[in-house]
Amino acid sequence: MAWARNVLRVNLTEGTCKNEPLNMDWAQKYLGQRGLATKYLVEETDPKVDPLSPDNKMIMTTGPLTGTCASTAGRYSVVTKGALTGAIACSNSGGFFGNEMKNAGYDMIIFEGRAPEPVYLLVENENARLIDASEYWGKSVWDTEEGIKAKHQDPLIRVASIGVAGEKGVKFACVVNDMHRAAGRSGVGTVMGSKNLKAVAIRGTLGVSVEDVGAFMQATADGKQTLADNPVTGQGLPAFGTQVLMNVINEVGALPTRNHRDVQFDGAKNISAEAMAEPRADGKPNLVTNAACFGCTIACGRISTVERTHYTVAERPQYQIASGGLEYEAAWALGAATGVDDLDALTFANFICNEQGIDPISFGATVGAAMELYEEGAIGDEQTGGLEVRFGSAEALTQLAEQCGQGEGFGAEVGLGSKLLCEKYGKPELSMSVKGQEFPAYDSRGIQGMGLAYATANRGACHLRAYTVSSEILGVPEKTDPHVTEGKAGLVKAFQDATSAVDSTGLCVFTTFAWSLDDIAPQVNAACEGDWTAERLLEVGERIWNLERQYNTAAGFTGKDDTLPARLLKDAAKTGPAEGLTNGLDKMLPEYYEVRGWTADGVPSNETVERLAL
Amino acid sequence: MRVNVKLYALLSDYLPAGAEDNQVALDLDEGTTPEDVFARFNLPRQYCSIVLVNGIYVEPSERGSHRLSENDTLAVWPPVAGG
Repeated sequence: MAWARNVLRVNLTEGTCKNEPLNMDWAQKYLGQRGLATKYLVEETDPKVDPLSPDNKMIMTTGPLTGTCASTAGRYSVVTKGALTGAIACSNSGGFFGNEMKNAGYDMIIFEGRAPEPVYLLVENENARLIDASEYWGKSVWDTEEGIKAKHQDPLIRVASIGVAGEKGVKFACVVNDMHRAAGRSGVGTVMGSKNLKAVAIRGTLGVSVEDVGAFMQATADGKQTLADNPVTGQGLPAFGTQVLMNVINEVGALPTRNHRDVQFDGAKNISAEAMAEPRADGKPNLVTNAACFGCTIACGRISTVERTHYTVAERPQYQIASGGLEYEAAWALGAATGVDDLDALTFANFICNEQGIDPISFGATVGAAMELYEEGAIGDEQTGGLEVRFGSAEALTQLAEQCGQGEGFGAEVGLGSKLLCEKYGKPELSMSVKGQEFPAYDSRGIQGMGLAYATANRGACHLRAYTVSSEILGVPEKTDPHVTEGKAGLVKAFQDATSAVDSTGLCVFTTFAWSLDDIAPQVNAACEGDWTAERLLEVGERIWNLERQYNTAAGFTGKDDTLPARLLKDAAKTGPAEGLTNGLDKMLPEYYEVRGWTADGVPSNETVERLAL
Repeated sequence: MRVNVKLYALLSDYLPAGAEDNQVALDLDEGTTPEDVFARFNLPRQYCSIVLVNGIYVEPSERGSHRLSENDTLAVWPPVAGG
């Protein structure tokens, strides 16, 4: 129960769609979504495969709770070998697509091979077929989604697609569903583009069954009450969204600014949640309303507008709309990382990221790197086509968003990601990334635990693998000192394992601001056969983390890749409460390997592999 | 002594009229604590979750005893999160 027990295997080379039973032995060990799809990828592909080769596979995957009435139970993930990183990639998205996929009767869809011509997959419950997508190739996510719904005369079809960026091989292209929700990181959209797969369109009406209906209704009702009663999930997130962090993180001196040259941004107040709520010249604020994904009782999403006289939209009514964003990570990357504090320019750039399917974190951070390359003279007008790519230039930001979205001009070079871009121009040290993936919005000189979290994140630098910010800054579940390294190895491991489990349920990780695994376990236990306790979920999470690590090891990553750019290890923070601090990764990493049960080289020991039954 | 007070998110409603960028500069008596400032603005205590003095977190148990100093910045948020 809860699992649909059904996998749709789509061979794009052959043009076939076949159903097969879900491996329930694996489901009991890896639960679903992130964990279970990773197990399939590990078993079915060579970790050394070129991410853009037909031999790489891309798996869209739901969790056992996806599509149920549990709060936030609309999540799905895209699991593959990442185009940006060459590491395991698992990008998680909300919206409504995941629910539709589960209600069509599928736990996962495995895409293999490469279509000879662009196609999209249409799934109507048990009927799945590949359809010529030539009319949508070259079109944006927004046009593709609207076009497919119109073509099939069904506005309730849910669509996940790539934009032009994914077709053109932008390394951090994402898969966007429901117009502005994205499986955003690591270049999963690039992999989808390499398969000539433009979109997946699903209409599902089969429903989702659970093991014990009465217990499930009680457990999910209890969970919703906990979310409603918690001041963060009941009040803070719906009112201000994730963007409320902008001023917090700036105040604690951990807001990476201008490609991590600085840790505080003078313009932070102008791009914050508070600024989004301020009336502009037209009397209306940037923020229109909050929004919820399928089944969510938190509703942290932001829906906003660009002021109609702003240079980006004044002559372009198609962008005079209310659409998704800004969320904190995007606002940081498009703003502080580039030194741009024009809220409307950021909102517009974010629209373009959604429209053309590019990850705003990697895009903004790479623009920040490009700005430093430009200011250092490593690149000039010859490379940028005359565009002055200077810190603080809203014009540069928005033009590059449009170029990158189309895979054109200097935007195509930005689309390489910061690692390849900086290497190309002889300044590899200016790439603020781990394993090729750009940092998100927390500077690890001011939040020490995040340095270890980034260095060891299996998909490259990421805040969603171990969000120690929650403890180090926000005090959830308990406050720790962000400036010390002591205790952070255990903290990072605990967050990594718990998050791996949550990401495998079908639930949103934001529930964990109010829920612990003790709140989640009764919901999983009531829905799924087998005895699911918090302890078992944590063990599953640890198993998943180690499986991902084994994949990366087999792909060629070593402990030497568990590091940070020299800027964070050697150049001390210049201002704020962390002034004088570098990240103490060297103090945390050996202890982390030890608590993980890994060798000194960062490889899971035989004992650990045996203990976790990997 | 001069102290800069910043109130964010829901707490911005408690700032005096005319406050800009969520902050106001106050002349306070020596020995003033964060708790004294909360009382001055009638801040509901359950909304005083993240309390920073010059960016450093002040534990709840110390908010009634931590003495603010000249040119300190006191910043306060209700329970918030992000990611």
